Amino acid sequence: MTAYLHARDLACERDGRLLFEQLEVRLQVGEMLQVCGPNGSGKTSLLRVLAGLMTPTAGQVLLDGQPVQGQRAALHRHLLWLGHAAGIKDMLSAEENLAWLSALHTAATPGAIDQALRTVGLRGFEDVPSHTLSAGQQRRVALARLYLPGPPLWVLDEPFTALDKQGVAQLEEHLAKHCQRGGMVLLTTHHRLMRTPAGYRELELGAGTP
Amino acid sequence: MSAWLQLLRCEARLLCRRPAELANPLVFFAIVIALFPLAVGPQLNLLQALSPGLIWVAALLAVLLSLDGLFRSDFEDGSLEQWVLSPHPLALLVLMKVFVHWAFSGLALVLLSPLLAVMLGLPAECVPVLLASLLLGTPVLSLLGAIGAALTVGLKRGGLLLALLILPLYIPVLILGSGALQAALQGLPTGGYLLWLASLAALTITLAPFAIAAGLKISVSE
Repeated sequence: MTAYLHARDLACERDGRLLFEQLEVRLQVGEMLQVCGPNGSGKTSLLRVLAGLMTPTAGQVLLDGQPVQGQRAALHRHLLWLGHAAGIKDMLSAEENLAWLSALHTAATPGAIDQALRTVGLRGFEDVPSHTLSAGQQRRVALARLYLPGPPLWVLDEPFTALDKQGVAQLEEHLAKHCQRGGMVLLTTHHRLMRTPAGYRELELGAGTP
Repeated sequence: MSAWLQLLRCEARLLCRRPAELANPLVFFAIVIALFPLAVGPQLNLLQALSPGLIWVAALLAVLLSLDGLFRSDFEDGSLEQWVLSPHPLALLVLMKVFVHWAFSGLALVLLSPLLAVMLGLPAECVPVLLASLLLGTPVLSLLGAIGAALTVGLKRGGLLLALLILPLYIPVLILGSGALQAALQGLPTGGYLLWLASLAALTITLAPFAIAAGLKISVSE
């Protein structure tokens, strides 16, 4: 089944301020959509609306041509959400965090978790409580989820925050490969991507408003 | 099934790594009850007469105290969003979380209560009723409180609002719980009170998780 996301006439209002309206978003298999725009232009709100965390002020979100309201369970099975706060527990180690997140979403074996942590460069930090890790390392724990078996549609809010150069390059490469394998990526970031897959597009938010 | 075991283990682990937060309500419960004989004076009749209400009020406030932070850290570190977007039913997830929380706070409180009952001079034959009423009543307090905690988790200072929202809902449990103990003290049958408490427990275990889940969804979507 191909999870295919389509939003029509989307509008979002926060605290009496209109962030965007009449917005059309399409995401097909193999595509990557980068949402750009100045701070406060509604990038995170758009992602939250598309992930089903927020209801839009107007418009609707379709998954595979059907309104998403009736098929929340299908959306949740096909979606990996990585928010600004990435859901990493301070008191748990990197390994426990991943075990917990994979139990919550898609089951993964301890071997796969170990492998994912090595891939993101956290070898030797598996057993350390997360609050002792640096911000970049904590981000890497969250990103290790992308190296586990999981859903095809990735919605990532500022995934490059606090990563070093090598980490950024590795993540860009991984996102592009995911799209080539038939996945979908929807992300916000301010930095220009060096490595983009064939189905790469940009969506500029807040260009028209002062 | 193994996923649920994993989640249970993780919740228990998280609670065990913050022992101070677990100990706080228990210490509160113990201190309130330990101070009363000192303040009221060592008249056994008076203490005995006061003890049902006293134990229940202290237990109720201790549970309320422990619930303020139930979802706070999950909200702040973004794991609540992961909960809401999980393919598992949210109502079951919160039921599991509240159950683990109760096992570490409410159940501990139940186990501590006979010791404190002795301080108030409660006769030994009343202890089984005390245990049964608290065992049936504290899960209700935890689940009802979790509804309030879910609704107020997005607020910076939700503590007082939580108390205002939830205390009215606690009144029936308070009346039935202390009523059972009063009846036991006077040698009257307690079955009716305990059955009422049990039915309240069954009602909240089945319905409260849906209210908690709805509250969390509202808090996350803000």
